[in-house]
Amino acid sequence: MMIKTVKEQIFRSPYQSLAAIFQVTLAFFIISIFAVIGYGSQKILYYFESRPQVNAYLKDEAKTQDIDSLKLKLEQTGKVSKIVYSSKEDALKIYREQNKDKPILLEMVTAKILPASLEVSTTSLGSLKEIAEMLKSSTIIEDVNYQEDIVTTLGYWIEALRKIGLVLGIFLFSVALLTILVILGVKISQKKEEIYIYKLLGATKWYIASPFYAEGIFYGIVSAIFSWSLTFGLILYLTPIISKFFNGIALFPIPTDLILQSLGGLLLLGTGVGFLGSFMAISRFLKSAR
Amino acid sequence: MISFEKVTKNFGSITALSDISFEIEKGEFVFLTGASGAGKTTLLRLFLGEFLPSSGEIQVNGEKLSHIPEKKLFKWRRKLGVVFQDYKLFSDKTVYENVALPLHIRKTSSKDCDLKVKKVLEMVGLSERAGLFPSQLAGGELQRTSLARAVITGPDILLADEPTGNLDPKTAKEMMALFKEINKQGTTILMATHNCDIVDSFNGRVIELQKGKIIRDEKEAKYHKKEEKIEKNDD
Repeated sequence: MMIKTVKEQIFRSPYQSLAAIFQVTLAFFIISIFAVIGYGSQKILYYFESRPQVNAYLKDEAKTQDIDSLKLKLEQTGKVSKIVYSSKEDALKIYREQNKDKPILLEMVTAKILPASLEVSTTSLGSLKEIAEMLKSSTIIEDVNYQEDIVTTLGYWIEALRKIGLVLGIFLFSVALLTILVILGVKISQKKEEIYIYKLLGATKWYIASPFYAEGIFYGIVSAIFSWSLTFGLILYLTPIISKFFNGIALFPIPTDLILQSLGGLLLLGTGVGFLGSFMAISRFLKSAR
Repeated sequence: MISFEKVTKNFGSITALSDISFEIEKGEFVFLTGASGAGKTTLLRLFLGEFLPSSGEIQVNGEKLSHIPEKKLFKWRRKLGVVFQDYKLFSDKTVYENVALPLHIRKTSSKDCDLKVKKVLEMVGLSERAGLFPSQLAGGELQRTSLARAVITGPDILLADEPTGNLDPKTAKEMMALFKEINKQGTTILMATHNCDIVDSFNGRVIELQKGKIIRDEKEAKYHKKEEKIEKNDD
């Protein structure tokens, strides 16, 4: 009986129903795109964070015990996640690999002229500067360089993106909620006379309101499925372009459980928005009439 | 059984009912008469719990209507049957579905529902029309559908607001025969009407309202007061 009533309500005014679905789909789509961008940027940041962040070039006269002592000192700070020592020979190997297509450059370089180095990864971006300073102050270090700018800038961007995403998410959530509230409000006022008859026949508030709750939830769920399909369809379509652009960063494939979690999250969001919107619409009406 | 005790209803500065008091016994058939705006519909709507009296009290079997919380109002309304002048049927539901609606609201099983609907449709002579929509019915049939919906749950009290207002005299007479039959089965009926022929043919109790006040409450009465009728004959 209720399913029949909900079906009638939806198909009796198909343009209103479509407007609700499209509007909520659009809001959910933008929310999920921001969520995906957030996930991707987190991966990119992790990629940069997990790279050797500080390269310290050792002086030729640096002794093994001095190097070990420096490594120990760095580890004792608790801010270092990994230290890799590259000898002069390792440096040459890397140089050769990087310049294998340029034989002239290879001829001119020997292990002697390349410095040994320490590649230090920190546990957080905040520790980067402190570790670099510590290395600079060491007597066995010739030079230090680190990707402070790239990572810090990226950090700022991600933080800004998160804030924008949050504000936009709240705004779009409100848009979705208001859309359902307004469309169901119109439908309820169109059914004012019917609701009046139901009341006089002894219907409970739940009996009267439940088809509207179901309709609101239906819009939410359908919009969630549409926006999820659109988002991941778009990602699938853009995968080759994105992969090429972020060459070397393992963004794809997106884990299946994450895709399913997104669907679950959107369905939850849709159900919540649908229920809340319909609840607000019907409550306003039922309160006004005894 | 039903008692109105000094009931007054104001809508802002307008007094729709003023100091109304009367009692109705179980199984009585009472006509509410009076010109338009006399307060008949307001009285019925107060009885339905659509709004509360400004002062006074309505009691049914000792239960005060004003004490029924809004959440429990549906329980009170389930004890009533209502018939309207404009039928108030659902245009997208068939005769059968319209009549079955109060049973659906009460979550009656499909089997019971089917039995009751068939029985009541037979009583009002609409068995052959069960599958039709309101737009396919004549005025009398619409009102019989409305009556069938009102009595399908076997209410203690039946309220009727101008039930013959849109019907021709012959059909109105047929409708009244149905009301009489329902009343015989023990249902108390409170009917607001303008139709003097019906009231006169019935010889029942008449409560006449004028500008929100009771000006007459007579048993075995006619539509017009005796003196009014004499005056008319003299003319």
